[in-house]
Amino acid sequence: MSQAPSQTARPRPYRLAELGLLILAIAIATVAYALVGLGVEGTIPANVYGYAGWLAALGLTIHIVVWIKAKYADPVLVPIAVLLNGLGLAMIYRVDLGRKEYLGSGMTQLIWMTLGVGLAIAVIFIVRDHRWLRRYTFVSGFAALLFLLLPLIPGLGKTINGARIWIGVGSMSFQPGEIAKILLAIFFAGYLVSYKDQLVAAGPKILGIRFPRLRDFGPIVIAWVASVGILVFEKDLGTSLLFFGLFVAMLYVATSKVSWIILGLGFFAAGAVAATFLFTHVQQRVDGWLNALTAEEYNKEFGGSYQLVQGLFGMSNGGLVGTGFGEGRPNMVPYAESDFIYASFGEEIGLAGLFVILLCYLFIFQRGIRTAQQLRDGFGTLLATGLSFTIALQVFVVVGGVTRLIPLTGLTTPFLAQGGSSLIANWMIIGLLLRISDNARRPVEDFHTGVLRITEDPEPAKKTAPAAVGTGAAVGSAASANHTDEDAPTTNLSRADREAPTTDLTSADDYDPADHHSAEPNHTGRRNNGGER
Amino acid sequence: MSEFTVTVFRLAFFVILWLFVLGVAGVLRRDIFGPRRAGAKRGGRKSRRGGSASAPTPPPTPAPASRQAPAPAAHAHPGTIRVTDGPLAGQSLMLSGAPVTFGRAPDNTIVINDDFASSHHARISAKNGAWLLEDLGSTNGTIVDGSRMTGPIQLRIGTRITIGHTTLETQS
Repeated sequence: MSQAPSQTARPRPYRLAELGLLILAIAIATVAYALVGLGVEGTIPANVYGYAGWLAALGLTIHIVVWIKAKYADPVLVPIAVLLNGLGLAMIYRVDLGRKEYLGSGMTQLIWMTLGVGLAIAVIFIVRDHRWLRRYTFVSGFAALLFLLLPLIPGLGKTINGARIWIGVGSMSFQPGEIAKILLAIFFAGYLVSYKDQLVAAGPKILGIRFPRLRDFGPIVIAWVASVGILVFEKDLGTSLLFFGLFVAMLYVATSKVSWIILGLGFFAAGAVAATFLFTHVQQRVDGWLNALTAEEYNKEFGGSYQLVQGLFGMSNGGLVGTGFGEGRPNMVPYAESDFIYASFGEEIGLAGLFVILLCYLFIFQRGIRTAQQLRDGFGTLLATGLSFTIALQVFVVVGGVTRLIPLTGLTTPFLAQGGSSLIANWMIIGLLLRISDNARRPVEDFHTGVLRITEDPEPAKKTAPAAVGTGAAVGSAASANHTDEDAPTTNLSRADREAPTTDLTSADDYDPADHHSAEPNHTGRRNNGGER
Repeated sequence: MSEFTVTVFRLAFFVILWLFVLGVAGVLRRDIFGPRRAGAKRGGRKSRRGGSASAPTPPPTPAPASRQAPAPAAHAHPGTIRVTDGPLAGQSLMLSGAPVTFGRAPDNTIVINDDFASSHHARISAKNGAWLLEDLGSTNGTIVDGSRMTGPIQLRIGTRITIGHTTLETQS
């Protein structure tokens, strides 16, 4: 029986490693908070113990929930999220202290973080198996559109800084687009996993690229045009860019055709050029990016490059190790606590700190992609890729914008920037990734989660009819792998006979001469056991 | 508070910040390359392969002894299943006690999204100390080593199983 080998090679949960890293992350966040107080006011903030306690309570709660509910989940996601969030809190508090009037936005952000961690825990509890989400493919697609449309409703929607992407309830405001991001990822994953064969193999071929038929591709195009279109009307270009990138990336992962990336980049280039000519606010951003260091752009009353250039000055002031928390002047930059929090970090903890932040994002992305690789179902693979890719692309767009690699767009730095909707959406992504990675790393004997028990499959009856059309074309064009059907009956009987017990020790043991020797005593040992009986 | 103390604090902040990064990197390293083993110093690549080949060899001694009537061919039994062709190519699965199912329905262990696969297509389960592959009444059948299987088949190392466009291979 080969049960024993799998127990030695069984994947380990690494829960203690998570606890250790989590404690380290909380310590870092607390030290950062204390240093802010020391730097700005010369004393450690009086509520530092309460602050550390709150962070620790949040971190340990999610740690314990993960330990109980998702034992094999990835061990580094929670500590990294807590670290980034903690650093963000410290920097928001620091920028707040540098203002003329104290707004207490650090505390607001801590409340949002509590909500975010709560939602991540809720995700782990409610979604007991990520494959369950596939049932809600179209529901989440419609919900995403609904969420995106919410800000356009008169009375509910709010326009802040020219972008109508907010809904206001009382004094609280919320960006529904952040939640729509997750829902769209679920929709794309569920749709692409069901229809990817039709997308790849059927349809007319133009210029060497096989284009899918409209009826296979329709729902995706509708979802994508609607989401991007709505955002163009709401003047939120960063999020449209994010959705577009998510869409292209997931299409590529589903079909593994590079032509989609080329096509996507082509569409993006065309769209970007068109947007530059059509919308004045895009035009401003491009001008401010290309001619950032000219006096004309810098001194412009509205929409110039003042913010960008101040951010660059701040980062250069920081240098390698930064000025130290509370010693720089990040408040010179407008929106130093949200859009330009990366520049604030660059000034106060320098390149050495920025690299830690970037590495943390890289780790999250790596864990997401690794999870996708280990997964045994296509839906989970696509979902994990999509979710981790949104975080990576968001970081690229923001950091690229702040460091003047690409034009500035209004996206939030995940976990760091002030803003509740982004924070809770990212915590929900962490919750989903934890759940998916638990599924990916779980050993097989624990695999059946008991959530999905489909004894009678309702699908074939209604699915085979349209599928037959699609695969008919697929077989004709692809003509791969199914050749085994034809030569099936040749060696049928003798094959089954040959499967009767044969001892081929060689095939297993001539792997490695060294192993062969080490395996030798085992044989004799087993024979002895048999003899004793 | 003196300037010196603040500087020490600031230094400590960077130290623990990078300690965190190193800690995460350590966990990732262990997760990707497997835990460090004292005896295994045969180079990185070798020890990875050796980890799966040599680690399983010692334990079988107690396992068959504890079970009733161990099969004589215990060594020929595969330990893992690797997907060699198809959309999930490159993934592998450790065979352990629980049965492994293949098919299109999302509750299978390996979900094969393929119109040629049935919702519950095939199953691998432990029978009498060996791994047995059964076709669960699939429409298009399961092809084992090039021929369509008719009854349950005992799996050996190197058996190739084809379900729709997906090919799996049993490995040690």
